[in-house]
Amino acid sequence: MTQAQIIALINSSVVFGTVILFGAVGEILTEKGGNLNLGVPGIMYMGGIAGLIGTFYYEKAMGANAVPIVCILIAIICALIASFLSGLLFSFMTVTLRCNQNIMGLAFNIFAAGFANFYGGSLNKLAGGVGQINVLTTSKAFRATIPALNGLGSIGKIFFSYGFLAYVAIAFAILIRWFLNRTMVGLNLRAVGEDPAAADAVGINVTKYKYLSTSIGAAISGLGGLYYVMDYQKGTWDSAGGVEGLGWLAVALVIFASWRPLRAIWGAYLFGILSWMYFYIPGLTRSSQEIFKMLPYIATLAVLIIVSLQHKVENQPPKHLGLPYFREDR
Amino acid sequence: MEKKEPLFRITKRGAIPWWASLGIRLIGLLIALILCAFIIFGITKLNPLKVYAAMWDGALGTNRRMWVTIRDTMMMLCIGLGLAPAFKMKFWNIGAEGQVLVGGIAAAACMLYLPKTMPNWLALVIMFCASALAGAIWGFFPGFCKAMINTNETLFTLMMNYIAIRLTAYFVAKWENPYGSNTVGIINSQSRFGWFPKVFDQQYGLNVILVLVLTIFIYVYLKYTKHGFEIAVVGDSENTARYCAMDVKKVIIRTMMLSGAICGIAGFLAVAGAGHTISTDTAGGRGFTTIIVAWMSKFNSFIMAAVSAFLVFLEKGAMQIASQYQLSDYISNVVKGIILIFLLGSEFFVNFTVKIRGSRKSEVTK
Repeated sequence: MTQAQIIALINSSVVFGTVILFGAVGEILTEKGGNLNLGVPGIMYMGGIAGLIGTFYYEKAMGANAVPIVCILIAIICALIASFLSGLLFSFMTVTLRCNQNIMGLAFNIFAAGFANFYGGSLNKLAGGVGQINVLTTSKAFRATIPALNGLGSIGKIFFSYGFLAYVAIAFAILIRWFLNRTMVGLNLRAVGEDPAAADAVGINVTKYKYLSTSIGAAISGLGGLYYVMDYQKGTWDSAGGVEGLGWLAVALVIFASWRPLRAIWGAYLFGILSWMYFYIPGLTRSSQEIFKMLPYIATLAVLIIVSLQHKVENQPPKHLGLPYFREDR
Repeated sequence: MEKKEPLFRITKRGAIPWWASLGIRLIGLLIALILCAFIIFGITKLNPLKVYAAMWDGALGTNRRMWVTIRDTMMMLCIGLGLAPAFKMKFWNIGAEGQVLVGGIAAAACMLYLPKTMPNWLALVIMFCASALAGAIWGFFPGFCKAMINTNETLFTLMMNYIAIRLTAYFVAKWENPYGSNTVGIINSQSRFGWFPKVFDQQYGLNVILVLVLTIFIYVYLKYTKHGFEIAVVGDSENTARYCAMDVKKVIIRTMMLSGAICGIAGFLAVAGAGHTISTDTAGGRGFTTIIVAWMSKFNSFIMAAVSAFLVFLEKGAMQIASQYQLSDYISNVVKGIILIFLLGSEFFVNFTVKIRGSRKSEVTK
């Protein structure tokens, strides 16, 4: 591999990794509160399409006068609201209506995939235009880099050639780690995920914690969808449903990182490298490329098996993960 | 200081009569359909009743359409039958999608590589066994790891799906025909080797017969055999099972292999009995949808058949609207998703009652 190829591989891995890092960090927050939200792909769909719809109408209204910073704000706010509401729906169904979490997550994915692809595929036509939807001004704003840093040769290319959301994802991971390990509220949240009955007994409002952690977690995951649309797809809609596969990878990454945000950072980039490596290995046929694309999932399985073999307490999933909590049950 | 009574109190219900639980679900369904009607009206500005009529036409309008609806219902029912033993054991098999795909790969491989001189019925028997075996292998791994080292089966089976999807993509690229199309095309379109023969003059007659036989098999297996009893005990309490000297590990692995095998047979149905091709869309998300359906039906085969038929009806109907009014096909997923979420929500009102503050007096006088 030449140096240029290595840099290209790192670049595409980081872009890829950022999508799933957002998803995984949000899901870690959700799962630490004991909710196993399999709706991450759906939430990413919702975040992505909401950001796209918002900026699409803004750009359409403003034409060439669209202000980049307003574009970014609209996209982020729309994505956050849509994915927060998705998380809220999930919490309402699973916490208040006590529906099974796995089932609800899967049902939400069906709805969200339909909703997002429906609008992604026909929004432009519904609005009276032709062809594919795209939001070039916004996408360009999202991918803007600081020229002085980007110009630093290969170092600049490796570290500073990404849109700002790539750094936000890392910041979120660090923030969530600090929150879970160093704050009282984070500690309470983990207690809810491990043993809600005990948490309830010491006066922690289990319902409130579950609602908030799931909804805020969903909002963070939704940013992954937005990043996918604006950065990975450069402001167009991918009707092949690529974000769905990435959403599941985000769920995989949570396991791979054994519920630790910092481990998720390098895990995300590793998944990116594993997913893109086939592109840079010479002599692969189209069929053998597919075998390489299995690697992230196989790596996750390996981690899952190793973790169960080790019986280390700190690597285990939250004890009450995926189980409902109903005070009257015992 | 006395704390104020909360506005809503939730209490668990005992058993309620079947008509009440059905009624609650029907109300949920009705609300969902009304909501969908508003959404469809918002997009198409058409009379929702007309739209529902168009859906009816799309799913059952012609003899052929009706049989396609039946065929797809049978496939969903088959996956549901596969899930039933695993879920009865409280083993979350989210991997149906992958198990269907590997079953499909096995069936397609047989269609391509078995000597074409073989009689068709023998080929079909071999394909049946190969698909079941492939599915069973796919079910074996998560079952084995769960039994031996207690890995989380939800996450394990989930990952196996994606490995199966990539494996399918691998074979699609390998078998592509014509070259460069990245699809396998209709396999043996001339010789119809490995295709289901017409039964009672119906193209999909054999699908129905096979699934009905499987339905009876699973019903008897779960209800009247020793294996079925063991599954129920392990599902309710592993400790009890161990106390009764049951080999819990063996039961888990065996059941998971059976579950995978039947899902593999669903892949066989999809390839040999329906599409005559293989692609990453062969399972088409049905593996996931069926989990929801089967779980809501409490694994009762008859309810499962009814709910699957209803969902397939909606899917076909929504696709008809989509093509009639030039909308994206995905509208069918929106409708399906909304209805599923509402049905899930109505479960709550089946299992719990909500009492509003102040209604206690009337409760006492009762």
